[in-house]
Amino acid sequence: MAKLLDEKCCDRCWHSPGKPCPDLVACLAGVKSCHDSPECIEARQQEISMLRRDDVRRPTVFVGAGTCGLGAGAGKTLKTLRAYLAEKAIEADIVEVGCIGLCAAEPLVDIQMPGKPRVSFQKIKQDKIVQLMDEMLDGRVPQDMVLGQFRSDKLTAWDGVPMVDEHPFFAPQTRWVLANCGLIDPGSIDEYIARGGYRAFADSIRSTTPKDLCDVVEQSGLRGRGGGGFPTGRKWKFALNTPSDQKYLICNADEGDPGAFMDRAVIEGDPHRLLEGMAIAAYAMGASKAYVYIRAEYPLAIERLKQAIAQAKEYGLLGHNILDSGFSLEIIIKMGAGAFVCGEETALINSIEGKRGMPRPRPPFPAVQGLFGKPTIINNVETLSNLPPLISNGAEWFSAVGTANSKGTKVFALSGKVDRTGLVEVAMGTPIRQIVMDIGGGIPGGKKFKAVQIGGPSGGCIPTQHLDTEIDYESLKQVGAIMGSGGLVVMDEGTCMVDVAKFFMDFIQRESCGKCIPCREGTRRMLDILKRITRSRRNEAGLGALERFQGVMYLTRLAESIKDTSLCGLGQTAPSPVLSTLRWFRDEYEAHIFDRRCPSGVCKDLLHYRIDTVKCKGCTLCAKKCPADAIMGAPKSPHYIVPDKCISCGNCEEVCRFHAVVKE
Amino acid sequence: MSANVQTVLKRHPNAKRDALIPILQEVQEVEGFVSREAVTEIGRHLGLPASKIYGVATFYNQFRFQAPGKHIIQICRGTACHVKGSAAVLDALVRQLNVEPGGTTRDGLFSLEVVACIGACGLAPVIAIDGEFYAGVTPEAVSEILASYKGKADEDGQVA
Repeated sequence: MAKLLDEKCCDRCWHSPGKPCPDLVACLAGVKSCHDSPECIEARQQEISMLRRDDVRRPTVFVGAGTCGLGAGAGKTLKTLRAYLAEKAIEADIVEVGCIGLCAAEPLVDIQMPGKPRVSFQKIKQDKIVQLMDEMLDGRVPQDMVLGQFRSDKLTAWDGVPMVDEHPFFAPQTRWVLANCGLIDPGSIDEYIARGGYRAFADSIRSTTPKDLCDVVEQSGLRGRGGGGFPTGRKWKFALNTPSDQKYLICNADEGDPGAFMDRAVIEGDPHRLLEGMAIAAYAMGASKAYVYIRAEYPLAIERLKQAIAQAKEYGLLGHNILDSGFSLEIIIKMGAGAFVCGEETALINSIEGKRGMPRPRPPFPAVQGLFGKPTIINNVETLSNLPPLISNGAEWFSAVGTANSKGTKVFALSGKVDRTGLVEVAMGTPIRQIVMDIGGGIPGGKKFKAVQIGGPSGGCIPTQHLDTEIDYESLKQVGAIMGSGGLVVMDEGTCMVDVAKFFMDFIQRESCGKCIPCREGTRRMLDILKRITRSRRNEAGLGALERFQGVMYLTRLAESIKDTSLCGLGQTAPSPVLSTLRWFRDEYEAHIFDRRCPSGVCKDLLHYRIDTVKCKGCTLCAKKCPADAIMGAPKSPHYIVPDKCISCGNCEEVCRFHAVVKE
Repeated sequence: MSANVQTVLKRHPNAKRDALIPILQEVQEVEGFVSREAVTEIGRHLGLPASKIYGVATFYNQFRFQAPGKHIIQICRGTACHVKGSAAVLDALVRQLNVEPGGTTRDGLFSLEVVACIGACGLAPVIAIDGEFYAGVTPEAVSEILASYKGKADEDGQVA
């Protein structure tokens, strides 16, 4: 399909790259025409309707080809699909879309037949695609693969196929940021424009002053979605009110929090939304240069973003004198080089300047003196992606959703021991229970829920008794967690909370930049203490036992010191995972410390193995495989593990064919 | 003088300090790692001492200073993967490849790298080999995955 930009509605259109029409976006979207011609608008609207795929002329297959889709095998599905269509000489369109969010059901394939609404199918690996296509081309919907059909008021729905928006995963969600993810072709600016894209930006630079824009955002109650929760509008005003010849906007897409992937999904699925959000923010704060600081681990997202920037430039929506408004904006991609601390504002600035990513003391705040010494605003991907709908619908629309102090929606990356993993966007004020149990579908395998970890290495765990806590910046703080960037990792009874704390401490002490002592040395000591707690008595020599108890006694004091004296947010929040697990799961710590026992059976050193004399057939296999010669016994009679010799490697359990080795 | 490094440097004429990380990334992209010679050449181009460049390069996890193996295995050690048992997968990889994280096997076929999070938490535990993702990996599946790469190498006749 030719590009919208290349097709002029009639000879009266005078738009050209050198002399841009201020109404370009409204004209392309079929809302307004500079020469007031109903025919031109009508023609545009038909094109737009095609781009929105209100109906299709030939079968259209959408394959979810985000990182998670490709990881689940979408690449092979796509290849088989292409071969199938070529072999049967069927005329059909294939669209590679981003991720709709239901990672557990990937690879997702949607099919839209002419005159019928789009239907979504789950877990379509390459072996299923032929059967699926055969049946769909035959006019039947294979019930065993179907996820649901999309609601449409113009097309006749398929009989007996449930609606996607009634699916338990999607029904409780409020999708603003993710509205287009998985539905549109991320490689097409036209499809974004067809769904109302770039209108908010084009209208803003024509008819709103930067100050008014800041006011709207401040009134809406939008707060930073990167974790801190600072009011976005107020932050912009700091930069707006600081006189300077050059100001910068930085989009923080350095999603370092292990367990969070919403920024990746938004950029992969709907990159133009981020660009529009950045353009609005840059205009509001007066920046003419913007950076996207994105992780190098996200190659697909970087590629999509590059493509999107090139398209926006071609359409004159980025670059010099955008739509003849006098506003110019250049967006530059900077790849992060893999340092968690670069998610911190001042460390990120240092990294862009080509230095080690170490935080700077504040004040001066970046809004006054940031990148290259100029006023700089740093916003997270999700914050910026909230702007297009916020600006087009107004502050009241936005603040109508949410709680007293937290407005709008929040995207979470739901993962871990939960049935339906994926990307979830809910209104602020939604209870966590609803996210885990209803949207996520609860714990698989009939196991018991233990906790949900929110906010990554800076956050905390929420136990069962607080599962009804609402998603809200303040109420999460009360239970010792934080909103964070949106990682939500569910843990069941098979997860050891001391091990989780140790995992985070290990992560933090590795990622500590080393600038300030409390964080550099303190986190390492905390990890030492946790390691000692999970150590078996047999690995303790000399004063080991004394050191172990000394560590336990000082653990919370050390945590408080690190919190109070660290330079940046990374250090100040580093002890949180330990403090939070200590607060809610003290019994587990006590079992480790006093009984030297891991109730969940995770901490390897504390496991004890025993052979069930009834089940043991005396095959001697375990004795042969034991690296410590700890297993004794004559052939064909029950064996015995010598506890003092056993090193808890678990080899015997692995090799036993009679399930006679018991772990306790 | 490495031709590859020179081509990269030519792409950044009159570069200043802020171009350092992109240059290092591009050098690693073409050469596979950042060599001593590359560091000196970059230093000459940017007017920075090699110590400063090493200071920056060693700070970030992305940069390698030794030639990597033919296939690069990245194992995700994010929270979701950890909860789903990536520690056991890492153990299996270390045992079967007989190499510690950050190292390269003696035959030069595999390099093992631990990454903080790949961002595919819905599919945990995840490993990526040369950018291709494997979802829901179990310790048992590791040998099968490795075998498929060894097989490919045998077919190409490139095994050292």
